[in-house]
Amino acid sequence: MREITQPYKRPQAPPVSWFQFATKHRAAIASLVVLVFPLVMPFTALAVNILIYGLYALGFNLVYGYLGLLSFGHAALFGTGAYLCGIAIAHFALPWFVAIGLGIIGGLLMAALIGVLAIRTRGIYFAMVTMALSQCVYYLFYQAVDWTGGENGLRGINVRVIDILGVKLDFINPLTRYYVIAAFVIAAFFVLSRILASPFGAVIEAVRENETRAKASGYDATLTRLITFVLSGGFCGLAGALQALHLSIVPIEILHYDTSGIVVMIALLGGMGTFFGPMIGAAAFLLLENLVSLWTVHWQLIVGAVFMICVLFFPAGIWGTLISRGKP
Amino acid sequence: MAGLSLDLIALQLFAGLALGAIYVLFAIGLSLIFGMLTVVNFAHGAFYMVGAYAGLYMLSLGGNFWICLIAVPLAVGLFGLAVERILIRPLYGRGLDYPLLLTFGLSYVMVELVRIVFGKTGYPFDTPEILQGAVNIGVGYFPLYRLFVIGATAAVLLALWLFLEKTSFGLIIRAGARDPQIVRVLGVDVTRVWLIVFGIGTAIAGFAGLLAAPLQGVIPEMGGTILAEAFVVTVVGGMGSIGGAVLAGLLVGVVVSMTSLFAPEMAKVSIFALMAVVLIVRPQGFFGRGGLMS
Repeated sequence: MREITQPYKRPQAPPVSWFQFATKHRAAIASLVVLVFPLVMPFTALAVNILIYGLYALGFNLVYGYLGLLSFGHAALFGTGAYLCGIAIAHFALPWFVAIGLGIIGGLLMAALIGVLAIRTRGIYFAMVTMALSQCVYYLFYQAVDWTGGENGLRGINVRVIDILGVKLDFINPLTRYYVIAAFVIAAFFVLSRILASPFGAVIEAVRENETRAKASGYDATLTRLITFVLSGGFCGLAGALQALHLSIVPIEILHYDTSGIVVMIALLGGMGTFFGPMIGAAAFLLLENLVSLWTVHWQLIVGAVFMICVLFFPAGIWGTLISRGKP
Repeated sequence: MAGLSLDLIALQLFAGLALGAIYVLFAIGLSLIFGMLTVVNFAHGAFYMVGAYAGLYMLSLGGNFWICLIAVPLAVGLFGLAVERILIRPLYGRGLDYPLLLTFGLSYVMVELVRIVFGKTGYPFDTPEILQGAVNIGVGYFPLYRLFVIGATAAVLLALWLFLEKTSFGLIIRAGARDPQIVRVLGVDVTRVWLIVFGIGTAIAGFAGLLAAPLQGVIPEMGGTILAEAFVVTVVGGMGSIGGAVLAGLLVGVVVSMTSLFAPEMAKVSIFALMAVVLIVRPQGFFGRGGLMS
């Protein structure tokens, strides 16, 4: 006879796995990696590029990975941030922190402008509309020669010294420059992690997973999309502003369609919808680009082929594949 | 504005139609592929560019322009068939984004391969001798070649319309665009239909590239610009609608042409403004079906 009554067993809390631990402290872990990162890189300039493109991809991933909308127009957000920061310094000689602030605001505003139009369409249309609108932004900045320098790019963004409350940091020194930029990237990590962990972060993913159900639960899907797109613009604008400070010139190519494409590749390569994916993708992409361009000028061929292989066989990306293996 | 006569405006209108004809051909292929396969072909610009380079290559071998008009679409279409069979087919059923991303990567590879073979700099593309010069079209002299572009586009449209409306295979394509599931249940090999539609779409893109070559020259990056503009055409006309692509393509061509007459600095931006207006007033485009939006 089967025993019906069993002694009550108290359910035990499962031990905290490494995965949950890593998820909880994701921003701190990412920050630690960023802090030691230049020690393992061949040269610091590459590490700075990886940081900036990683931040750019982090902003992009918020829209593509977490919200599930594929944007092919993020160059407009990145580029507007760069141009606004550059114009603030080159034309108005404003201090660096104001310029970076303007870069973020530029990214937010441009995202709001593009978002209001593009959010009206959905699915596959979104990629096309964002791409077309960013092409429009490209032409507008191209023609505003007095402000942007047009084809020659915006020159004269010279920041030699970063002055923080009397402490003067030498921005010419590559390592100091790296850590100044890293400070902003780390701040972005914590802000993004907070957004994702908030109830609003849950709504973002709910809209991606099942829009009808999210709406039935009383959430405004359209507004969620718009707000997420605008937030993404803030991160990309910051990345653009840092890029302007780093290069001390804003080339018009920053608004080009290729700049939108690169971030799509980076996000997919690293693993979309994961916190660490964009940074890992940026490191993998830029290292690959650097390695390949050592022996051929046709690096786009290799990068394009690697990307196609990734789409065909590893759609989860590097980090996505790793965590799906390691997840308990 | 002394020189601005009605004739000049009429001529500019015709120039817009010639430009629009290229947009129409490009957008039709894009729309056909999307309407049938629900694949947004980001490599469409690259196929267009390959069409122009294929024409350049065949002419350098001593072929003539009329043979190219047949041979180039065939070659580009065959290449399109191979791309669909090998690269895109494994991605069906994995979401709309993946074929899009794949063709995006493919466009990089194609552009770079062309750069390796033909070099980074562009080439001029001579207008075939018979089509040089201008003819009087009642309102003034108009370049003969542009007239030919309009005529060739009309011929392709007519052929495509006859094929889709009057042949049994066209019937299958139209049915497949509406409901592939039912068509499959009725015993039609839908994958084969998709393959052929992709081939036709890319062949038309190659044809458009060849037609556009004498107008703007040939460079590896020529596909990127028209891709963004063709997206405007498809958004304005309604994705997946061939009639919409025709109307919107001509409209976009005329808008570009007219703004470059009245406000040249706004010519590039004007079509995006047009798209913005359409998005606000009628987000699904002129002939868009609501279902494809989500």
